[in-house]
Amino acid sequence: MGQTSPSPEPPRLRMEGVRKAFGATVALAGVDLDVRAGEVHALVGENGAGKSTLMKILSGALHADAGRMWLDGVPYRPRTPIDGRRAGVAMIYQELSLAPHLSVMENILLGVEPAFGPLLRWGELRRRAAEALRRIGREDIRPEAIVSTLSVAERQLVEIARSVAVGCRVLVLDEPTSSLTQADIERLFDLIRRLKVDGHAIVYISHVLEEVRAIADNFTVLRDGLTVGGGAAGDVDVNDIVTMMVGRDVHDLYPRSMRAPGEVVLQIERIAGVRLPVSASLELRRGEVLGIAGLIGAGRTELLRAVFGLEPVTSGRVRVGGHVGPASPSRRWLQGVGLVSEDRSREGLAVNLTIADNLTMPRLRGLGPLGLIMPRSQHRASLPWIDRLGIRCTSPSQPVDALSGGNQQKVAVARLLYTDVDVLLLDEPTRGIDVGSKAHIYRLIDELARGDPDAGRAPRAVLLISSYLPELLGTCDRIAVMCRGRLGEARPVRELDEHRIMLQATGAEGATI
Amino acid sequence: MSAGRSTSPAAGRRGRALTLLGTLGPLIGLAFVWLLFAVLVGVDFLKWDNQRLMLLQTAVVGTAAVGATLIIISGGIDLSVGSMIALGTVVVALLLKIGADPSLAALGGIGAGLLVGAAIGAIVIGHVGRVAAAVVGAMTVLWTWDAIAPLLSVAAGVTAFAVLLLFNEYIIKRIPIAPFIVTLGMWGALRGAAKGLGDNQPVYPDDLGWLGGLMANTGHGLGSLLPPGVWILLLLALVMAGVLRYTRFGRHIFAIGSNEQTARLAGVHVARTKLLIYIVGIGCAGLAALLQFSYLNMGDPTTAEGYELKVIAAVVIGGASLSGGEGSIRGTIVGALIMTVVDNGCTKLGLDNWVQDIATGAIIVAAVALDRLRHRRGE
Repeated sequence: MGQTSPSPEPPRLRMEGVRKAFGATVALAGVDLDVRAGEVHALVGENGAGKSTLMKILSGALHADAGRMWLDGVPYRPRTPIDGRRAGVAMIYQELSLAPHLSVMENILLGVEPAFGPLLRWGELRRRAAEALRRIGREDIRPEAIVSTLSVAERQLVEIARSVAVGCRVLVLDEPTSSLTQADIERLFDLIRRLKVDGHAIVYISHVLEEVRAIADNFTVLRDGLTVGGGAAGDVDVNDIVTMMVGRDVHDLYPRSMRAPGEVVLQIERIAGVRLPVSASLELRRGEVLGIAGLIGAGRTELLRAVFGLEPVTSGRVRVGGHVGPASPSRRWLQGVGLVSEDRSREGLAVNLTIADNLTMPRLRGLGPLGLIMPRSQHRASLPWIDRLGIRCTSPSQPVDALSGGNQQKVAVARLLYTDVDVLLLDEPTRGIDVGSKAHIYRLIDELARGDPDAGRAPRAVLLISSYLPELLGTCDRIAVMCRGRLGEARPVRELDEHRIMLQATGAEGATI
Repeated sequence: MSAGRSTSPAAGRRGRALTLLGTLGPLIGLAFVWLLFAVLVGVDFLKWDNQRLMLLQTAVVGTAAVGATLIIISGGIDLSVGSMIALGTVVVALLLKIGADPSLAALGGIGAGLLVGAAIGAIVIGHVGRVAAAVVGAMTVLWTWDAIAPLLSVAAGVTAFAVLLLFNEYIIKRIPIAPFIVTLGMWGALRGAAKGLGDNQPVYPDDLGWLGGLMANTGHGLGSLLPPGVWILLLLALVMAGVLRYTRFGRHIFAIGSNEQTARLAGVHVARTKLLIYIVGIGCAGLAALLQFSYLNMGDPTTAEGYELKVIAAVVIGGASLSGGEGSIRGTIVGALIMTVVDNGCTKLGLDNWVQDIATGAIIVAAVALDRLRHRRGE
């Protein structure tokens, strides 16, 4: 296929000048996208470049501030995802949306079941579902099978079959291969080619650039909400795509004082979880900031959770100071390890409790006589940390959900300091917070790693996960890259740049350079 | 290719085996407790009269539980069943007392259930304001009826309704409220309404007509085999099982309970379906009230206390999940029978009431634990 001369008929999907801002943050600053019928169009960009926002606008889940869309030359203005679906725009997200208790055929025709009055026509339902499965080439999936008994790959196919059955014109696949095996990926690609021949327009979002080259006809690169490049996918060098993805200037936000790494405080040897991580080893020293780079879904969060005891470790060894072996989160706190979750509002903090409650949660001792917890003592214990992290609030008894995202995150970090941990596991600590709070957290990370001998504060060790590469390069001493569940060797920051990390993270280059 | 082709049928077989276990599980449990008491008690338990008695004892809770099954499969809950049954008995008794035909009184009892169901469903999907407006409008008419001319009274009611409705449509709009909370409120409010209507007393109608004979042997035809109330339960169960299996409405109940967002995205009319679920589900409680009235031969504002939990227990023992998406009418009926068999057997053994209570409690927890075990295997 590739790019042919402009055809007289309009493209299947045209998006023009799409803008969207969330408060002061501009997510999309005027993006254009054209996809023809029978074309696979890849949308690439770093995490946070605006891909998901653009697709949510396409589906009707979000509304653009400006810009227009057409389907087959007809203006398209979805108010809700149902409008989008009716117009023939189908989304297949990473987190699949099926009703697990129902059968395959009911899921395929949910909402458009053939019926005779109120009565369901089961025979017709089965026939149409089987037809949809046949069109995607998977007659082997039984229409009667209950969805919860299917594998992830099969569920994904059921979703695609559903889109086909309701007559979709534009099919969006968001990171469809992230949880598939190699064999399943091959089968998915066969299916995409088949749908292409049937005349569907397919938007393919992926971080794995080799896949993009293999399956897409054309590609568009987004960066910071702008279209920064694009073209035919077949004859482009992966290196060039990466350059377009990361080409931005690095601000000098990141203080870095002289740090003197000390003894090893956390040692991980070839640990594996149930699904992720596949294999990860690292040594973290006191007085060091070690970064873990990688794409969303590479297994970074799972690694941290396994170390902290939130997910089972199926093999390998974890050593924290003198303690060897897996442990529960409550043991980890006692061993001097603390975790800041990537999901601040659901897991990281109890948002309807007060700042003082959240801060003191892991260590409720010494807050009153006889093990009682006196609100006044909780209050008093919180004040120094509110001060030190610059948490903007009216009092320690203010509920956390009344604070801004940045201040909430400071509460999450302050909790680790209040508990006086030696090892800080930080999972995306600056996601979705303002620049001022980010700077505060970078400064704090640096202070913690340096320690303060005068104040009697020993250096701490920080393990930092981030999807924002300038942040990792700016704050870390060493960085290890995770790709498909495997953690590469940690290398000093001076040997790395965004380009090399991105090549490793996208699997374009072996994990060991 | 071969891997995909081999996993699916295997998964299907495993799925079928588990589904079979899921449907048979409660039945095996029922057979077990029945045999247990047959051995422990002997002939006295095994007599046909006793079987008939146990079916009769199941009729009220079973009928209400059939309706609750729909609600629980959709991911909802109904805590107001007991109060609804009490209100229903009082409504039927009052209608008979003022000289209504027994058929009309029966319709009144069921209609009360449908009306309460509509109110609960409407509040669940966000129309608390509309329900409040309707209630205030109706109350205005009732209060002013004796004091002023009928036309004025109706005008006052309509005005109150219209003002509140406008206020709701422009200011309050929609506020969905969790079914747990709505029916917890109704649990109190309906009991209060029953007591108010009955003036804190049981209501004894003079002539029961055919309504007196639903829970006794009629002595001829099918009625000599089993009391009409039991036939009503069986027929209702059959119809509802068909509705769940063979209608769009029934399948949408499962879809909403399984994944409400997906159902909405797929174009299922979630709000409309939920409203209908509560109307039908609580309409069944109205029917149960009819049976209870026939059993008591009076309207009693204090009857059926704690039935809401018996009903939920029957549905859950029958394999439904309180988080929605799972459950069956057959399971519910079997669940209700298990509880009756335990009650009846314990009584026949001369065991105290407290033993029955503990046994029932243990069965509920054990049934759910077994169900969870089955699910873990399935993963």
